[in-house]
Amino acid sequence: MSDELEMDYTLREMMTIMAAREIKNGDIVFCGTGISMLAAMAAKNINAPESVIFFETGAMDSKLEEIPLAVADPRVMYHTSANGGLLDSFAAMQNPVTGRRVIGILGAAQIDMFGNLNSTVIGDYHSPEIRFSGSGGGCDVASFVPRSIIFMQHEKRKFVNKLDYLTSPGYLDGPRGREMAGLPQGGPVAVITDMGVMGFDDETKEMYLAGFYPGVSPQDILAKMEFSVDISRAGQAVPPTMEELELLRERCDSQRLILG
Amino acid sequence: MNLQQDKVTDIKTAIRTHIKDGCHLSIGGFTINRNPMAAVYEIIRSKIRNIHLYAHSNGQGVDELIGGGCVSRLEIAYGGSGKFAPTCIRFRKAVQENSIEVEDYTNYQMTLRFLAGAMGVPFLPTRSSLGTDIVNRWGFPKEMRQTEPDIPDEKLVIMENPFQGWHDVGKVVLVPAIRPDVTIIHVQKADRRGNCRINGLAFADVEQAKAAKHVIVTCETLCDNEELKTDSEQNQIPFIHVDAVVHIPKGAYPTACYRHYDYDPKYLKNYALKARNDEEYVTYMETFIHGCRDHADLIAMIGSEQMAIISADSVTGYAKDLDRR
Repeated sequence: MSDELEMDYTLREMMTIMAAREIKNGDIVFCGTGISMLAAMAAKNINAPESVIFFETGAMDSKLEEIPLAVADPRVMYHTSANGGLLDSFAAMQNPVTGRRVIGILGAAQIDMFGNLNSTVIGDYHSPEIRFSGSGGGCDVASFVPRSIIFMQHEKRKFVNKLDYLTSPGYLDGPRGREMAGLPQGGPVAVITDMGVMGFDDETKEMYLAGFYPGVSPQDILAKMEFSVDISRAGQAVPPTMEELELLRERCDSQRLILG
Repeated sequence: MNLQQDKVTDIKTAIRTHIKDGCHLSIGGFTINRNPMAAVYEIIRSKIRNIHLYAHSNGQGVDELIGGGCVSRLEIAYGGSGKFAPTCIRFRKAVQENSIEVEDYTNYQMTLRFLAGAMGVPFLPTRSSLGTDIVNRWGFPKEMRQTEPDIPDEKLVIMENPFQGWHDVGKVVLVPAIRPDVTIIHVQKADRRGNCRINGLAFADVEQAKAAKHVIVTCETLCDNEELKTDSEQNQIPFIHVDAVVHIPKGAYPTACYRHYDYDPKYLKNYALKARNDEEYVTYMETFIHGCRDHADLIAMIGSEQMAIISADSVTGYAKDLDRR
């Protein structure tokens, strides 16, 4: 990475804005904990005011005046269109009318080339080196919804040939993987990292490099992955604008609880 | 089922009566919200052991029960307490040290399992987790499943849609019903018979309560039996499911209780710090759990100043501008 390049934004801000730009008006946005909530708030405040934010805990159409620190934070319950429970939210994702509009935002400890995620263990399942939280609603969302965005840190031990545990389905083993397993159509559309943005090929469902951040080269990114990806389609990602940054900093996370 | 008109008791009696070594338990709430913490602390003080615990994402309460040495088996979807502990610390430690046995499901699956228990059916279907290790990897040993009558022989079963592709679905995952011996929930308002009114999100509390053989309700406000018979569409759990009602203001503390108080960032940060180290965790428990006779004692120790800081704003239902760094 080049040290000369001056950035007036942080990598976390870049990641948040890159994800927010994937969210469109009319999307029903499912978000998990942390940066994924911030991305949903950023989209709502910046580029997709007519998107709808909801949580697996049962809050539909939350007005997030402050950033929640968990999906059960009382902040998700304020000024909603309905406060229900887990069954309501998971039904909204599977409902044939509303479910097709849902976009999921997820994170994980490991990802493979087909966008499958591990958020359960590193090492052997029965005696793990590191235990993580587990699926929560992650596997449910990844199973049900047509589109999802994934947040990752770009590290070799996180972009792996083989997951230690497959918690949430991406494209499983390739183009027909989900169909063969019996899952609805769907899968990740983007992986947003601290170095760039990855997409998934329409035909092969394999991950490719779509964009790299200013100061980062495609080779830098490949060096941080156990598997190799196509970099021929990659271009430099457009950094956040001043307007995006102001709205993110002032309206979404003024205490910098997630931005750091 | 208990149709008594007055089920009000104290927490020690409720725990002593219903929570036994080896019992199958579920607790309400979600991560850092409306966990029945007063009951959790009383279970820890009572040194109940070998609990078989069912949870979807009940972060703080689950972590403290594990930390308190009360749990030997856990069926769970998510062990996390939001930003304060993205993975619950005593949970992580116990799994890594093999001191508890764990079976992983998803949040939706755990909710369906409680619902199946509440409905009296043996299982419910979902498409969630097809093709994943939730299906392929089983935590509990097969022999244990086959020898213990309280646990189904299979973690889950994959089945072809018996309605020949109806709704364009080929396969489904069947998840087995849960019937806990006891479910404990904390609610904003209950009457003396056990009718419950929850504000904000109910999470899976209703399904958890209705699935259980016995239910203990702790509440912020205890009201007369007449009051909740008005606007009763706002009630979620009718008294026929409930065995014991305990009036414990701040009973979800240090987790949040919508429209009453926020979670306490100070307490949860200190907890996360202490939970990382075995010796310091013992000190934590001695100070905040065993050092307190009851929950009122803990709340008094935290002090009225801190309780005022986290008290809920009347418009939003949470503590506005609370310092959560």
